[in-house]
Amino acid sequence: MVKHMAQGALDRREVVARLLARRDGLLVVSGLGSPTYDVHAAGDHDGNYYLWGAMGAAALIGLGLAQAQPDRTVVVITGDGEQLMGLGGLATIAVSNPQNLIIVVIDNNHFGETGMQVSHTGHGLDLAAVAQSCGFKEALAVRDMKGVDEVARALHAEASGARFFVIKVKAENPARSLPSRDAVHIKNRFRAHLGLGTM
Amino acid sequence: MTREDVAKRKNVDRAPLEAEWPAQLYRVLKAAQVRQVSYVPDAGHSELIRLFGADPGVVSNVLTTEEEGIAIATGAWLGGSRSVLLLQSSGVGNCVNMLSLVTMTRTPLLMLVTMRGEWAEFNPWQVPMGLATAPVLTAMGIRVMRADTPRDLIETVESAATLAYEAEQQVAVLLSQRLLGAKKW
Repeated sequence: MVKHMAQGALDRREVVARLLARRDGLLVVSGLGSPTYDVHAAGDHDGNYYLWGAMGAAALIGLGLAQAQPDRTVVVITGDGEQLMGLGGLATIAVSNPQNLIIVVIDNNHFGETGMQVSHTGHGLDLAAVAQSCGFKEALAVRDMKGVDEVARALHAEASGARFFVIKVKAENPARSLPSRDAVHIKNRFRAHLGLGTM
Repeated sequence: MTREDVAKRKNVDRAPLEAEWPAQLYRVLKAAQVRQVSYVPDAGHSELIRLFGADPGVVSNVLTTEEEGIAIATGAWLGGSRSVLLLQSSGVGNCVNMLSLVTMTRTPLLMLVTMRGEWAEFNPWQVPMGLATAPVLTAMGIRVMRADTPRDLIETVESAATLAYEAEQQVAVLLSQRLLGAKKW
C-alpha cells in the first residue's frame, strides 16, 4: 500500500521571500527548477548562485562554498526532488558538519518542473529524518509561517554544525521568475561579490 | 650509450620517485595552493589521502559517490578555494552528468584518476569502465592527460594544475595502472 503524505499548505514564494527578507551577508545557492525561480522572485542579488541543472548538486555546492568561506553563512534553497537525487551528499555534509551551512528544502511532495509527479516525500519519505540519521543535529520540518519565521531567524543565529530544514508547501507552479542562464556570468558575478578575481 | 646504459640510467632516475611519488604529488598540489580535497578511496591514492588528512591547512571530504566531488569543487571555487578530486576509473562513470556543472560554469576542475582494468587486471568487472574512462571524459568536454611513469606524473600534474586553476579548464589526469602496480590478490 502506497502511503501518501498530507500536502503542505504554504505558498512557496511567500516562504522564500520571508526567508530572504533580511539578507545581511547570506550567500544563497538555489537548486534547479522552482527553487531557482523562487529565489530570483525574492530579489536578484549578486550573492545568489542559481542552478539550472546538475540535479543533486545544490547542497554539496553549499558544502564546498561553506568550507571555502567559513566566516559567511551559506544557505542552500532547493526542492525535494533535487535533494532526493543527492541523498548520499547529506552523509558527506554531516561528516564535515560546517556550522555556517544551512540546507532548506522547499518540499511540495512532487516533481513540479516535469508535470507534478508524486515524489518520494509524497510517498512518505521524511527528509528531515534522513538528515538526522546522517548526523545533522538540527533537522526538522515546518508546516506554518510561524515555523518559517523560526527558520528565517536560524539563518542569522549561531550554530554548532550544519542545519537542515524542510518546509512543506503547496504543490503548485507559480509564474516562472527566470534568472540568467549564463552560468559563467553568474559564477563571475558571485565571485566578484566576494571580492575574488575573475579571469 | 648502449641500451643497457640507458636502462640503467632510467632506473637510477626512477628509483627514488618509484617509492616517493605520492609525497611528491602532495608537494606539487600544496605548491599549487590546493585547500580542499574530495575522494572516494582507492588503494593507489591511499598515501595522498593520508597526507592530506593529516594537513590542518587542507579540508578533506570523504564522498559516498564521486559526482559529489564535482559539486564540492564548484562550491570551493565559488568561495575562492582550489580543490582536487581523487577517484578511481570506475568512479568517472558516476560523474557524467555532473561534469556539465563545471563545463557550463567554466569552473577549474582537477581530477586525479587511478586506472583499473587496463594492466595485469585480475578483476574483469573493472574492465568496462577502464576502457570507457578517457572516452567518457572527452565526450563531456574534459581534457584528459595521462601519466605512465612517476616522473611523467609529477610534471603532468604540475601542468594540469596550471591549466585548471589559471586557465579555468577541467582536467583529468589518468594514473596508469602500470604506474600504480597491479593489485595483489
